[in-house]
Amino acid sequence: MSTCSESVVLSCENVAKSFDGKMILQNVNLHLNRGELVCLLGQSGVGKTTLFHVLAGLYQPDEGRVLLNGEDVTGKPGKISYMLQKDLLLPYMSVLDNTAMPLIIAGKKKKEARAEASSHFADFGLEGCQKQYPSQLSGGMRQRAALLRTYLSSRGVALLDEPFSALDTLTKSAMHRWYLDVMRRIELSTLFITHDMDEAIVLSDRIYVIGGRPGTVTAEIVIKEPKPRPDDFVLSETFLRYKRRLVSLL
Amino acid sequence: MTRKLRNITDKLPPVIALVVLVAVWAAVCGFGSIPSYMLPSPGSVVKAFVSDFPLLMQHAGATLTEAFAGLGIGILLAFFTASLMDRFSPLYRAVYPLLVVSQTIPTIAIAPLLISWMGFGMAPKITLVVLTTFFPITVGLLDGYKSVDPDAISLYRSMGAKNGLIFTRIKLPSSLSYFFSGLKISASYAIVGAVIAEWLGGFEGLGVYMTRVKKAYSFDKMFAVILLIVIISLLLMGLVALIKRAVMPWERKGAKES
Repeated sequence: MSTCSESVVLSCENVAKSFDGKMILQNVNLHLNRGELVCLLGQSGVGKTTLFHVLAGLYQPDEGRVLLNGEDVTGKPGKISYMLQKDLLLPYMSVLDNTAMPLIIAGKKKKEARAEASSHFADFGLEGCQKQYPSQLSGGMRQRAALLRTYLSSRGVALLDEPFSALDTLTKSAMHRWYLDVMRRIELSTLFITHDMDEAIVLSDRIYVIGGRPGTVTAEIVIKEPKPRPDDFVLSETFLRYKRRLVSLL
Repeated sequence: MTRKLRNITDKLPPVIALVVLVAVWAAVCGFGSIPSYMLPSPGSVVKAFVSDFPLLMQHAGATLTEAFAGLGIGILLAFFTASLMDRFSPLYRAVYPLLVVSQTIPTIAIAPLLISWMGFGMAPKITLVVLTTFFPITVGLLDGYKSVDPDAISLYRSMGAKNGLIFTRIKLPSSLSYFFSGLKISASYAIVGAVIAEWLGGFEGLGVYMTRVKKAYSFDKMFAVILLIVIISLLLMGLVALIKRAVMPWERKGAKES
């Protein structure tokens, strides 16, 4: 599942981005294969979120290009969506309308958009919450609703910017298990930002280490362990070996 | 049951304070330490209120018409100005200081000017109400538009949302509670603004009636008008709160902590 020979869904080539003459990203090359979960790991301020903005088409890079299924989507928003640490659900819309927003933006009729969004509620563990407002949901459920919204706007690719970092440890590991399961079922490929090494090792097929100033990919690690990984994986010698390697790289 | 009880005990202190105040007022008048033509007793104010009721309602009708017309125009104007200022930031920077300065001009000073420009009809009154109600709503809306998380806008842009949709689906609904805060203030300003304009000249309205009874030294009637203005202002603010509840149902649903 983690070899590079599989079909690439998303890639960026030689991406560079500067703000006010200050280089933030330089020569960034990476790719995401179908069905893969790849983590971007790096310290804060290294340009991970800027890179996501470029991938999502919100920033036009100074150099380089972004390819989605072979199509050049550089600087074109609306092709790939991403999800942030904050769920950003709109408080004045029901959970159903919130999740249907990307479909409405894409031009679907309200009724159709609602029906389509609603059909995924069970998969995302949200069944029965359609008519509730986001403030009535728990943190974990809000995050799942945000993930459903991302999924409905992403056409198979999701960019997640620290989506679980605001959750407590127990909810977080439950969300990890759930996310890997749902990803497999709905054939979602995921690029994932985190600064949590453990999270990266548990979830990823591959990890890109981002570092330096300007930021670039400084290392790539393949986590060969098959998925789903057992709960005690975090206690195993293999896990520690990966972690030691990452510590030495960061 | 306990909630109802708490509701009652919450309201007890202000009710007691009001009762004490009225009692002191009645006592002062009752002991004859202040002549009744200077300070009418609460009883005579109520009596004047009841006996003058038809006349009061007739004048209140005129005042309310001015207040509603002015408030309506004020809301539209505020909405238009705030939306333009939000859309074009140079306009925001240019106009905002002017808006603030305009609020330091005393209403009482512009009212006679308006009357000499527009005559004794309703036009100067409505204009004054527009001027006083426009500002709180504009500022409320501007703050509301600015309150939207930029990350939310980035997120929806990444989904391909254009400016129009971001405005109608995100900025506008997000600023509703700010709008209603402004509207609540403006609603009370509207009545006071209309009364002040009527004071300075006109044919009917509570302000006109006030100047008449004042000249006749009928202070009991004067107090009755003040009482009516207070009641109307409170009712209007209540109406705004009711509309807010109806328009923003998500505010009522209890937020559950995760």
